[in-house]
Amino acid sequence: MIQSFGWQSVQFLFHGLIWTVGLSVCTFVCGGIFGLIFALARALGPRWLQLIVAGYIQLVQATPLLILIFLAFYGLSFAGFYFPPLAAAAISLSIYATAFLADIWRGCIEAIPRTQWEAADALALSRIQRLRYVILPQAFRIALGPTVGFMVQIVKNTSVTALIGFVELTRAGQLLNNMTFQPFHVFLTVAAFYFAVCYPLSWWSEKLKERKSAGPAH
Amino acid sequence: MPALRIENLKKSYGTVPVLKGINLAVENGDVVAVIGRSGSGKSTMLRCINGLEPFQEGSIVVAGHRLDQSRANLRDLRKEVGMVFQSYNLFPHLSVAENIMLAPRVVKGLPRDQRELLVRDVLSRVGLAEKASAYPDELSGGQQQRVAIARSLAMKPKVMLFDEVTSALDPELTGEVLKTIAELAEAGMTMVLVTHEMGFARRVATRTVFMHEGKIWEEGPSAQIFAHPATPELRSFIATDLK
Repeated sequence: MIQSFGWQSVQFLFHGLIWTVGLSVCTFVCGGIFGLIFALARALGPRWLQLIVAGYIQLVQATPLLILIFLAFYGLSFAGFYFPPLAAAAISLSIYATAFLADIWRGCIEAIPRTQWEAADALALSRIQRLRYVILPQAFRIALGPTVGFMVQIVKNTSVTALIGFVELTRAGQLLNNMTFQPFHVFLTVAAFYFAVCYPLSWWSEKLKERKSAGPAH
Repeated sequence: MPALRIENLKKSYGTVPVLKGINLAVENGDVVAVIGRSGSGKSTMLRCINGLEPFQEGSIVVAGHRLDQSRANLRDLRKEVGMVFQSYNLFPHLSVAENIMLAPRVVKGLPRDQRELLVRDVLSRVGLAEKASAYPDELSGGQQQRVAIARSLAMKPKVMLFDEVTSALDPELTGEVLKTIAELAEAGMTMVLVTHEMGFARRVATRTVFMHEGKIWEEGPSAQIFAHPATPELRSFIATDLK
């Protein structure tokens, strides 16, 4: 079935874009929740927990995302846990995002000077209060720029899930190309859609980083 | 009962001893200046008093709270022992008023209307009543340090510890902070100040402690310590300061 690239094609790609955005949001939420827990464990947990989390981060960061996706899709189904492509994609991307966000946020927590912890201690704040009112709000400000920057990576990396047949934007492009044989039209439109999502995020990330560097110097 | 009693306090970093058996008693209303060269252990001793530094031997009783190696009930102690740091350590993401209110709010559960009165009260005591809504980075070093003093005062401490609070300040800003501390002293606050300001120690402190090599080398009424130092170490220390 050969058809020519037209308005319907753009609609088809837009449908793929929605799945890309949906998968990105899901990844960011799951990765964010576990990333925060892991970052806290890595920065503040007991020594053995720090080592386990550090090991996890190292392992995931040293593994290509595609391998994580293949493991979740083919590997787990071989082990008797079949996940449909969407679930396998969400799981593997979340594992990946957890490792990177945990590492970014650990750095932000550790960037808060020792003296801030001491000031909170000297005011009789409990450990939880110290985190809640003093450390995390400051770490959050430092983290905003790099975190939004990492969201761009997540959006772009969802394209790898095309390889297990999840029909997001890239896979939609492949399918459409098979139907139209107009790769430039198709993949330039795909690229434009990615740009439309990623550029505002990059811009926002840069803005947030600027604001931080214009902030207090101490 | 003295406001602060330190008995046989010993601390080392690894194999390096920094405090070699400190004994000190501070009565209510006393203003004690702790002087000595860098590395003599004076800041470490001060930081032991509110549990910021653990120690290996001895005990500290401050404002009725006993602190030993177990570090139990540290928060109860800290509610009544204020500390002001060399680098101010204000919370940069909070306004002056929020910096002051934070601990009374979350640690003591002080209701809102009383918190506002409290902020006004402590800020006026350090002469910064108009700065409640400013952020720390909008203030000079001297103003930040006075806010840090106000923040500490807001917990209504029975004893206040000052750790070289003017060392990071330009000479012209040092004066305003010292004036604030002198006013607290006049109001009867019990204070222990680690300081390099000899003139201030002599004028304001009721007693002065000279630390040397991890020990209290000499102590006594400030007038006597500065006018008639008994040990050659203190004589040479005071002489270096005059140069």
